[in-house]
Amino acid sequence: MQTTTIFLTLLALCVLSFFMGRNRSRVVAMRLGGGLASLHSLPQHYGYMAAMWAAIPALFLLVLWSGFESTILYKLVVAQLPQSIQDMPTSELGLYYNQLQGFAQGGFDGTEGDPAQVAASEHYRVLASSSSQLKAAMVLIVAVLGGLLAVRRVTPLLRARNHVEKIFEWILFGSSLVAVLTTLGIILSILFEAIRFFKVIPLQDFLFGLQWSPQMAIRADQVAASGSFGFLPLLVGTLLISTVALLIAVPVGLMSAIYLSEYASRRFRAVTKPVLEILAGVPTVVYGFFAALTVAPFIRELGESVGLSVASESAMAAGLVMGIMIIPFVMSLSDDIINAVPDSLREASLGMGATMSETIRKVVMPAALPGIVGGILLAASRAIGETMIVVMAAGLSAKLTINPLEAVTTITVQIVSLLVGDQEFDNPKTLAAFALGLVLFFVTLLLNVVALYVVRKYREQYE
Amino acid sequence: MSKQSHYKTTTAIQASLKKRYATERRFQWYGRLAVLTGFIFLFILLADIVSKGTPAFTQHFIKVDVIFDREKLGIDSSATPTEIAHADYSAAIKSSLRTMFPDVSTRGEKKSLYRLISVGAQYSLRDMAIDNPALIGTTREIWLPAHSEAGSYLKNQVSKDLPESERKIKDIQIKWLDTLGEEGRTESRFNRTFFTSGDSREPEMAGIKAALYGSFYTLLVTFLLAFPIGVMAAVYLEEFAPRNRLTDLIEININNLAAVPSIVFGLLGLAVFINFFELPRSAPLVGGIVLALITLPTIIITSRAAIGAVSPSIYQAAMGVGASKLQTVVHHVLPVAMPGILTGSIIGMAQALGETAPLLMIGMVAFIMDVPGGVTDPSTVLPVQIFLWADSPERGFTEKTSAAIMVLMGFLVLMNALAVFLRKRFELK
Repeated sequence: MQTTTIFLTLLALCVLSFFMGRNRSRVVAMRLGGGLASLHSLPQHYGYMAAMWAAIPALFLLVLWSGFESTILYKLVVAQLPQSIQDMPTSELGLYYNQLQGFAQGGFDGTEGDPAQVAASEHYRVLASSSSQLKAAMVLIVAVLGGLLAVRRVTPLLRARNHVEKIFEWILFGSSLVAVLTTLGIILSILFEAIRFFKVIPLQDFLFGLQWSPQMAIRADQVAASGSFGFLPLLVGTLLISTVALLIAVPVGLMSAIYLSEYASRRFRAVTKPVLEILAGVPTVVYGFFAALTVAPFIRELGESVGLSVASESAMAAGLVMGIMIIPFVMSLSDDIINAVPDSLREASLGMGATMSETIRKVVMPAALPGIVGGILLAASRAIGETMIVVMAAGLSAKLTINPLEAVTTITVQIVSLLVGDQEFDNPKTLAAFALGLVLFFVTLLLNVVALYVVRKYREQYE
Repeated sequence: MSKQSHYKTTTAIQASLKKRYATERRFQWYGRLAVLTGFIFLFILLADIVSKGTPAFTQHFIKVDVIFDREKLGIDSSATPTEIAHADYSAAIKSSLRTMFPDVSTRGEKKSLYRLISVGAQYSLRDMAIDNPALIGTTREIWLPAHSEAGSYLKNQVSKDLPESERKIKDIQIKWLDTLGEEGRTESRFNRTFFTSGDSREPEMAGIKAALYGSFYTLLVTFLLAFPIGVMAAVYLEEFAPRNRLTDLIEININNLAAVPSIVFGLLGLAVFINFFELPRSAPLVGGIVLALITLPTIIITSRAAIGAVSPSIYQAAMGVGASKLQTVVHHVLPVAMPGILTGSIIGMAQALGETAPLLMIGMVAFIMDVPGGVTDPSTVLPVQIFLWADSPERGFTEKTSAAIMVLMGFLVLMNALAVFLRKRFELK
C-alpha cells in the first residue's frame, strides 16, 4: 500500500476515533445520570484524546518503519547474494543493488542481468511487497488499538483535557526542537562526509595548499595529485569578492542610514526606506543574471577604454553586484544601531555648539561603532555565503590573486560546480564539496556569533 | 577679557564657522548621494531587466499558405487518427514555404528558408489536423510562429548594418522577411507560448509553465511544513518554555540558523534527504523540505514577535473565566496574533520562492518539459529555470530569462503587498 493511502486511512481513523471518544463520553455521562456536567472535561477533549492515541503511536511506527525499511531490505537481499558479489567494493555493490531494484520494479527486462541478480531481484520484490503490506497492516492495527484503548478508558473522572494538553505541549516542544535538529543534521552530515574527504586528502594539504583543480581527480589513478585540493585560492577569491562588495555596501549603506535617521524628514524616510529595501527582496538569481549579462561586460568595456585588461568574469563585477545586494542589509542594521544611541548624547553635543555632522562623527559614530562593526561582520558573513551571484558571474578556475579585475572563484562556486550533476559519493571530488561546506558553515557561524555578541553587548550598554 | 581679545575670538570663531558649516553641508550631501546611489542601482537593475524582458511577451507569427498535401504528410485518404497524429507536418511546412518562394533553389537557401518558421510549428499544425481532419488535402492560410532569430529581426533587435557574418540572420532571410512584412504576412501577438509550455531547446517554444507548477508544488510543501512547525515552535518558546539552558540553546540556535548560508542547507538536503532517506532527486518534495528548514527561523522569529505583542488583557480575561493556558493561547492569543504571523510567513514564503542555490544541490536543475503532476515528479522551479536560461548562449533565451525574472518579481511584489496589507490592518487594531 502506498504511504499516501496509509496516511489517508490513518486520518480517517483519527476522525473516527474523535467521534467515538466524544460520543462515548456523553454516553458514559448520561448513564451515570449526572449529565454532561459530571464529566471532568468537555466531550471534545475525550474525542481529541482518542484521536491522539490513534494517531501518534501509529505515526511513530510508520516513520520508524519507513526509515529502516530500505536498509533492512538491503541487508537481507545482499546476504542472499553469492559471496563473490558480496565481496565487491561498496560502490559497485550499490550499483548492482540499484540495478536489481530496477529489475524488480520492471524498469528493465530481466534479460540484461546475470541469473543471480535476477533471482535476487525476485527475492527483493517479494520482500519489498510483503514489507509494505506488513507495514500498512501494522500501522493500521496500532491506530485502531490506540483509538479503542483510549475510547475504553473514557470515564467521567478521566482528566482528558489535562491529558490532551500535556501531549500537545510535548508536540509544541518537539516543533521547537526542529531548529536544533536541523543544526545538528547540518553539522553531522557535513562533518561525516568531510571526514571521508580528509581520509583521502590530508587536512594540511587542504588548508594550506595553493592549488585547486578538482577536475584532475576524476579518475582513480589521478587522485595521487593531492596538491590539487588546496583551498587557499578559493578563500582568497571569496575574500576578494566579499571585500569589493563591502567596499560598495558599507559606505553607501552607512551613509544612507545616517542621512535617513539623522537628517531626513519623516515623510522622506517613509518613502525612501521601503524603496531601498526592495534591493533586499530581489532574488539572488536575478542579481546573478544582472552581474553576468550587464555589469561584467560594462566593466570590461570600461576597463578596455582606459587600457586595462579586465577578465570577462572579473571579481569586480560579482563584487559590485553583491555590494548592491547587501546595501539594504547594512543600511537597516546601521539604522537600528544609530537609533539605539541615546538622544541625551546628541543633545549634549548640540548644546555645546557642535554642528549636526560634528555630533554624528564625533559623538554618535564612536558610540555606535561596536554595533556597526557587528553589523559589518554580519554583512560579511552574508557576502561569503552568497552563492548565485558568484556562480553566474565569477569564474571557475582558481587563481591566487588579489587583483579584482581578474577572474577568481569562490568556495560557494566550487561547491555548486562539484555537486551539480555529480552523484557519486565516493570520489574525493564530490566529498570536497562537503569539506568546503564545512569551512563555509564554520566561518559564517563564527562571524555571526561574534557579531551577535558584539551587537548585544552594545545594546546592553545603553539599556 | 579685554574687548580686543573678545573681538579676536569672535572673528576666529566666525572664520571657523564658515568652514564648519561647509563641512556640514558637504556631509549632508554625502548622505544624499548615498541614498541616491542606492536608488540609481535599483533603477538600473529594474530598467535593465524590464527593457530586456519586455520583447519576450510578444511573439511574431508568419502567415503561411499551408498545403496539407497527403503525399508530403505521408498519409493516404483513409488515414486513421493515429496516422494523422504521426504524419510529417514538418515536410508540409517546408513544401508550402517552397511554393511561396519558388525561386529558392540551393540547399543552403532552402535551409535558411525553413529556419524562418519555428520548429514547433509542426505541432500546432498536427493539433489542428487532429481536431479537424477535413483540413487534410486543402490549402489554408495559417499563422505560424516565427523562428526565434527571425522573430528577433522582426522585433527590430538586429541591426541590418552589421556585417552578415556577425549576425545569426542571413541577408536573404532579411529580404524574405521584408517581403512577407510588406504583404502583411507578419504579425506580432501576445506570447501565449511563454505561459503555456515547459522548457524547450528552442527559445521561441520555451515557456515557464512547468517551472511555475514546480514552484507551486515546492512552496506548497514548504508552507505545509514550515507554517505549522514554525507557529507551534513560536507558541512554545513564547508561552510554555521554562527559562532554562535548553530553551536558551533553542533560541540561540534559531538565531544562528537564520544566518547560515542557504547553500549549506542544500548540502544537508543532499546528504540527509536524498542519500540517507533516499527521497527522489529533483522533486518538489525534497526542495520543499529544504526550503521549509530555511524559512523556519524567519517564521519562528516573526511569529514570536506577533504573539509577544498581544495585549496582556486578553490573557487575563481568558484566564479569568477559567480557560487553561492552551485554551487561552489557541482560542484567544493566536487569532489576535494571526495577521502578524501570516505577514511573517508570507515574507518567509517570498524568500523561499526566490531561493535557488539549495535547489541546485538537490538536483532541481533538470531539463523539464512536462508539467509535474505531483510533489515527487522531477521538476524545476522558476528561479532555477532563470538560472538555466541565463546560461544559454542563445540570444532568444536572454529575453526569456528577463521575462521570467519579471514574472518572478511580479509574484514577489504580490506576496509582499499582501504582507504589507495585512500589517496595515494589524496596526489599526
